[in-house]
Amino acid sequence: MSLRKSISLYIRYAAVCVRSIMEYKLSFGLMIFGRCMIAFTEFLAIRFLFDGLTEIKGYTYGDVLLCFSVIHMSFTLSELIGNGFKTFSGIVKSGEFDRMLLRPCSPILQIIGTRFEIGRTGPLITSTITLCLGIRESQVHWNFLTAFTLLLMILGGTLLFIGLYMLGASFCFFTIEDTSILNALTYGAKEHGKYPIDVYGRGVLRFCTFVIPYTLVQYYPLQFLLGRSTSWVLGLCPVGVVVFLAICYGVWCAGVRNYKSCGS
Amino acid sequence: MITMEHVCKSYKVAKRKAGLGEVCKSFFRREHEVVHALKDVSFTIGEGEMVGYIGPNGAGKSSTIKILSGILTPDSGTCRVDGRIPWKNRTEHVRQIGVVFGQRSQLWWDIPVIDSFELLKEIYSVSKENYNRKLEELTELLQLSEILKTPTRQLSLGQRMRCEVAASLLHEPRILFLDEPTIGLDAVSKLAVRDFIKKMNREHKTTVILTTHDMQDIEAIAERVISIGKGQILLDGSLQDLQTAAGVFDVAEGSENVPGGDSKAIEKENTATQSGINLDHVMAALYKKLDIM
Repeated sequence: MSLRKSISLYIRYAAVCVRSIMEYKLSFGLMIFGRCMIAFTEFLAIRFLFDGLTEIKGYTYGDVLLCFSVIHMSFTLSELIGNGFKTFSGIVKSGEFDRMLLRPCSPILQIIGTRFEIGRTGPLITSTITLCLGIRESQVHWNFLTAFTLLLMILGGTLLFIGLYMLGASFCFFTIEDTSILNALTYGAKEHGKYPIDVYGRGVLRFCTFVIPYTLVQYYPLQFLLGRSTSWVLGLCPVGVVVFLAICYGVWCAGVRNYKSCGS
Repeated sequence: MITMEHVCKSYKVAKRKAGLGEVCKSFFRREHEVVHALKDVSFTIGEGEMVGYIGPNGAGKSSTIKILSGILTPDSGTCRVDGRIPWKNRTEHVRQIGVVFGQRSQLWWDIPVIDSFELLKEIYSVSKENYNRKLEELTELLQLSEILKTPTRQLSLGQRMRCEVAASLLHEPRILFLDEPTIGLDAVSKLAVRDFIKKMNREHKTTVILTTHDMQDIEAIAERVISIGKGQILLDGSLQDLQTAAGVFDVAEGSENVPGGDSKAIEKENTATQSGINLDHVMAALYKKLDIM
């Protein structure tokens, strides 16, 4: 199936999801509001922390805000798009995946299409505000290259999280039940990714470079953004996420081959 | 059109005894049992045939359907549908088949039925003219006009099943798999679905493979019956063959002590098999008999 056709199909799937959610308007409103508030309290925590401090390891309030916004925005976007992978064990258990295999289009497209949850966009409101604050208050000298790097960070982060969800979903093929091991990584990353990773010390920095490459979308491009390194190559680091995504896709394909349908 | 040769499929099933202690034990050491869902299954089905695929629960009916529709890969054996290997040419294959699972819905729960149909039209890339023509035909035959604008979640089971059948035929498949399509339906809906399937077969030469536990379905629809038990094909023939086989077995069982049998008993048995309810009894006897053999 051509890419154009796939995208148009994805949009149609997403539109059906939006329409389904709009059948329950109150629930939708509360979800947006609730998620927005969660993100807002996290922002407050940073705000209050910097009431007593001027900087952490050389990072100012504005720098941390920038980091926080990037990770939050990526995480929210990835949840919006990749929610299907997050709830994949349910899709397998209900037999919905059988049905997906009976349709003449990619199962991945159907998985992310059928679980497009617009209600998850709440934190996007918060993170857009904090991003604006961060852009204004950080030490970054804004020009075309730095702006482009920021965009890459958000995009790369989104893909990285989606990759992790995909990896988690692949495990369902072998275990059927949900696996929380990947949640520890994704939610963990969202939590500690609020601060530049080197504030946690070298060990964590290494783990986040070689095991799960968070630093590609956060620490290294940030060094370039803040002018700590003059090498513009660091700004292009988020592109490396594509390799990680490819690995996740490989595991996914192996999982699909191992698929054993369940029930009736 | 459909050939299955020596297809085997087995599953690994985790086993443990009841009780919390056993749960803890199984956490460390799990015992598995291999269940042979299909053992050397072979059959051929020609174009335009209507085949009833019957067998007790857990006999391997759904596994067969899943292999034929490309969801599952068999452990060994070959399977070809219209020259395609279902699980290898999945995308091309599923364009040509329609599948109805009586126990699962393929319609989107919260949106009107017609919207689900529109989405299916996009998924299968059905052209506008073909879609409109088919939709009109299906609406008329299945009396859908009043329920098309209702969200799926508000339909009754009978209404929903009529929509399910329509949904699986929008792309004009050449083969239709029906997995227990009349389960839980009332008399009127059952008759409507059956009549519709027969009409589809007559007018479009759609090959129909139907699994069911409802013997009246079989009587009404199937020209040919394949019976499976414990993963093996037990019987392949006409409904008449099934009745005689079951009848003979049943009589043989009832008259073991009387060599030659009682001719009156045979006659009684044969008349009894004319109605569906008694066919259920006969089938139960047949399953029991054949499984021992």
